[in-house]
Amino acid sequence: MTISTKSFYFAFQSTFMDNYKEDLKHIRTMMERSSTFISLSGMSGIVAGFIALSGAYSVYTLLVRHQIDYFDGKPNFYGLSLLKQLVLIGLITLGLALASGVWFTVRKSRKNNLPLWSNTTKSVLLHLSIPLVAGGLFCLILIFNNNFYLVAPLMLLFYGIALVNVSKYTLPEVFWLGICEVILGLCGGIWVGYGLLLWAIGFGLLHIAYGTYMHFKYDAK
Amino acid sequence: MKDIDISRLNKDFESRVRLGIMSVLMVNEWINFNDMKGLLDVTDGNLASHTNALEAREYIEVRKAFVGKKTETSYRITAFGKAAFQLHIKALSDLLK
Repeated sequence: MTISTKSFYFAFQSTFMDNYKEDLKHIRTMMERSSTFISLSGMSGIVAGFIALSGAYSVYTLLVRHQIDYFDGKPNFYGLSLLKQLVLIGLITLGLALASGVWFTVRKSRKNNLPLWSNTTKSVLLHLSIPLVAGGLFCLILIFNNNFYLVAPLMLLFYGIALVNVSKYTLPEVFWLGICEVILGLCGGIWVGYGLLLWAIGFGLLHIAYGTYMHFKYDAK
Repeated sequence: MKDIDISRLNKDFESRVRLGIMSVLMVNEWINFNDMKGLLDVTDGNLASHTNALEAREYIEVRKAFVGKKTETSYRITAFGKAAFQLHIKALSDLLK
């Protein structure tokens, strides 16, 4: 480098440096933006939590009405009509939670001007659905075999594994949410009578806590 | 004050749009034109001119496929492009050390 160019660079060094810093930041942002599923908003977690809580509450009142003490921890045998109502509540809860999740995701990705049906979205859906579908089917098999008492803990367990599985494509907090769900699921296996309560904690309270945290960390600006 | 050596920076990656294209392709396989446009927030013409330039220098490869009746253009980084971009990132971060 000659003396004149050297002094030129010296004078403009800070401007150049800022520019390079911005370049690196831009590279990092674009890599994250294109490979991380960030469109699931905190609000959808909160709403899903409340939907889960109302689902758990309806199940609880239904059981009380049928004079079944879920908390005694004994494998109860449920009649067919009760079973149908329980499955119906489960499906309605799942449907509402999914619908709200989709609605909030579409809204947020439009707001951030991100492609909704991207490779990242496809990876997220694939890696989320494998443990979820397997777990869901297994829970149905348990119900058909009249083994109801492990359904709630298994839902937590499979859901937690699905979240851990998908966390590499999305925000790192999802990993820890998944771990918490797995722990709750395992606890439900030990304290069988508390399955429904743990389910309400895992799908209800944890989602609300997680959603609130994410909302203030990422969304509220 | 230390000397700065910008000769290791790759001139082909000077624009932000090109940095964006290369960054996206570093962490994804095939990305189609519209997804890329949405990610970078640029116009059609702007994106096309930069992808053409990157393709001409063999940093990226282009695939045109029919989706229904429309052609869909997708991009993927080449091994050469990956190596070149990694060198560029290395040069940038070395400058900031």
